[in-house]
Amino acid sequence: MTVSPDQVVYMDNNATTRVAPEVLDAMMPYLTALYGNPSSMHTFGGQVGQAVSQARQEVADLLGASPEEIVFTSCGTESDSTAILSAIQTYPEKNHVVTTRVEHPAVKNLCDNLEIFTGRKYHSTRLHVEADGTLDVQRFKDSLTDETAIVSVMWANNETGVIFPVEEMARIAKERGILFHTDAVQAVGKIPINLKATAIDFLSLSGHKLHAPKGIGVLYVRKGTPFIPFLNGGHQERGRRGGTENVASIVGLGKACALAAAKMDEENTRVRALRDKLEKGLLTSIPKALLNGHPEQRLPNTANISFEYVEGEAILLHMNQHNICASSGSACTSGSLEPSHVLRAMGVPFTAAHGSIRFSLSIYNTEAEVDFVLEKMPAIIAKLRAMSPFWEENK
Amino acid sequence: MWEYTDKVQEHFINPKNVGEIENADGVGNVGSIACGDALRLTIKVDENQIITDAKFKTFGCASAIASSSMLTEMLKGMKLEDAKKLTNDDIAKALGGLPKEKMHCSVMGREALEAAIADYTGVILPMAQGEVVCECFGVTDLEIIRAIKENALTSVEEITNFTKAGGGCGKCEGRLRELLVETAEGLPEQTVGVKKQKRMTSLEKIKKIEEVIEREIKPTLKKDGGDIRLIDVDGDFVTVSLRGSCAGCHSSRTTLKEYVEKKLREQVLESLIVEEDK
Repeated sequence: MTVSPDQVVYMDNNATTRVAPEVLDAMMPYLTALYGNPSSMHTFGGQVGQAVSQARQEVADLLGASPEEIVFTSCGTESDSTAILSAIQTYPEKNHVVTTRVEHPAVKNLCDNLEIFTGRKYHSTRLHVEADGTLDVQRFKDSLTDETAIVSVMWANNETGVIFPVEEMARIAKERGILFHTDAVQAVGKIPINLKATAIDFLSLSGHKLHAPKGIGVLYVRKGTPFIPFLNGGHQERGRRGGTENVASIVGLGKACALAAAKMDEENTRVRALRDKLEKGLLTSIPKALLNGHPEQRLPNTANISFEYVEGEAILLHMNQHNICASSGSACTSGSLEPSHVLRAMGVPFTAAHGSIRFSLSIYNTEAEVDFVLEKMPAIIAKLRAMSPFWEENK
Repeated sequence: MWEYTDKVQEHFINPKNVGEIENADGVGNVGSIACGDALRLTIKVDENQIITDAKFKTFGCASAIASSSMLTEMLKGMKLEDAKKLTNDDIAKALGGLPKEKMHCSVMGREALEAAIADYTGVILPMAQGEVVCECFGVTDLEIIRAIKENALTSVEEITNFTKAGGGCGKCEGRLRELLVETAEGLPEQTVGVKKQKRMTSLEKIKKIEEVIEREIKPTLKKDGGDIRLIDVDGDFVTVSLRGSCAGCHSSRTTLKEYVEKKLREQVLESLIVEEDK
């Protein structure tokens, strides 16, 4: 198999994924003939309600949860906001939250602005990460106080794929009586998760990261965990999230979760092997290329590599000439003037941070695509280095 | 994704004059790896004070590379006297415009040129003597004041777009605001923009708009095979039609907003909004 000239080589699956054909097929009836409202009394609506129930079961199965613990939302960001704001309203006397320096903006910006929502002063501890992007559990332990209302730590980092020991951290929080939330949008579907065996109170996931459409998310709320809704309204989601259900997308997400469960082994064998081949190939064929993040404690699909002395946006646009899609932690691609907050928190030097490229694969990638990228990348980096004023003296 | 003009893409994918001139007459180094972009410009100047060759090496994004490539193309064959007058706006314009967040790439080109000319003539640049305002990107007050004056900047955000100052930790925001006010106060009336404009009658306004279009905008567009006609002025809304190679051109909106609107705002009224007649 080869890559045809107009084929898009999509290696940006941590940004978003293609909707699986099976997911689209499952959704179509609910965008056409079966348009009833799941809350209706008639059979026509009722059968739609059954489809929502089935989807809820499929999501619960992937997470090792019960269906009653699944709340459908509109996206990962809504799930994050719901969990964190619920916890701080539950404990109005507490004024401290713990999070990390490498969280997604959905959590980071919320924790920075809690005062706006509550009118009360909060301080947040933003945990440091090590040079390989991992978290020190002891430091986390030391950060907890009697004033801590909630801990929010991502399960896996979107830029490096580094996995955090959230199960252990949730246990520690529980011993102190502190609620624990994890933003798991990058982890769900890529690594096995069994929430029953953990002390995690809240978990956020986002449909479009696992081959369901955009605009659908889930908040897992552990049975018994105090909960205050973010969107008040009707009785939908058992009063935990008002608003008529996004039925087609819920059905699609259910299907995507069933597929992810069935393909979990493939993700962790074939996709991992492709990622490893890509990573090893790039690191050996291109001088001064560095891996960002812990080599093992990482999602099976993500490789974040810095090409020193060249700039990420320029690399991406050259890749774009070959229809290769990836992303970068460089300043120029972020719209700000500073490189990725994740790489800076890890202490990646500027010489490398500006030239970082994230490749994130999915089950739809092929070995031919990996070979194609391995064939194109060395020339792209060499061309840009030939015009870099820093290359000659540092190579 | 940034919206780059065809010219920017062309100069990025196939940049001209990459490299370093051996035994160059002037060398200009600006930027650093920490800043995310850097440019080394080398020039050759003959006995008639004409730049005979220019080459660049750039670390940076697509617009930084394209700005460098365009700059070297413009410089070749140019009189040193004329090169001294080259502004960042000239570079941006030659590229058919840059996204506003990327204007600092054209400023980097102009700064490298100044440094190269200073190296050739042996003059010490005053910019390096200014007081550093933005520590993240090492930008001095003199550089900021100059950018405010030359590009009629009116907000901190614009200063960041043009000089990068304030784009890091943001600590210098207060000082940037002060510089804006101080610079505006020291400027002659017509360039200040918002603050000191006299109320114009509609007739005066239309006359002035016509005059600027005929005197400045039209000749510039004609150089690129384009043309412009004033259709209507209604309050602050100025309707024009772009013709010749400007019409239907990919970057016509950029031309309209970044060039026509900017010129009219500078010279007639800060609140003007230019629209294309469809």
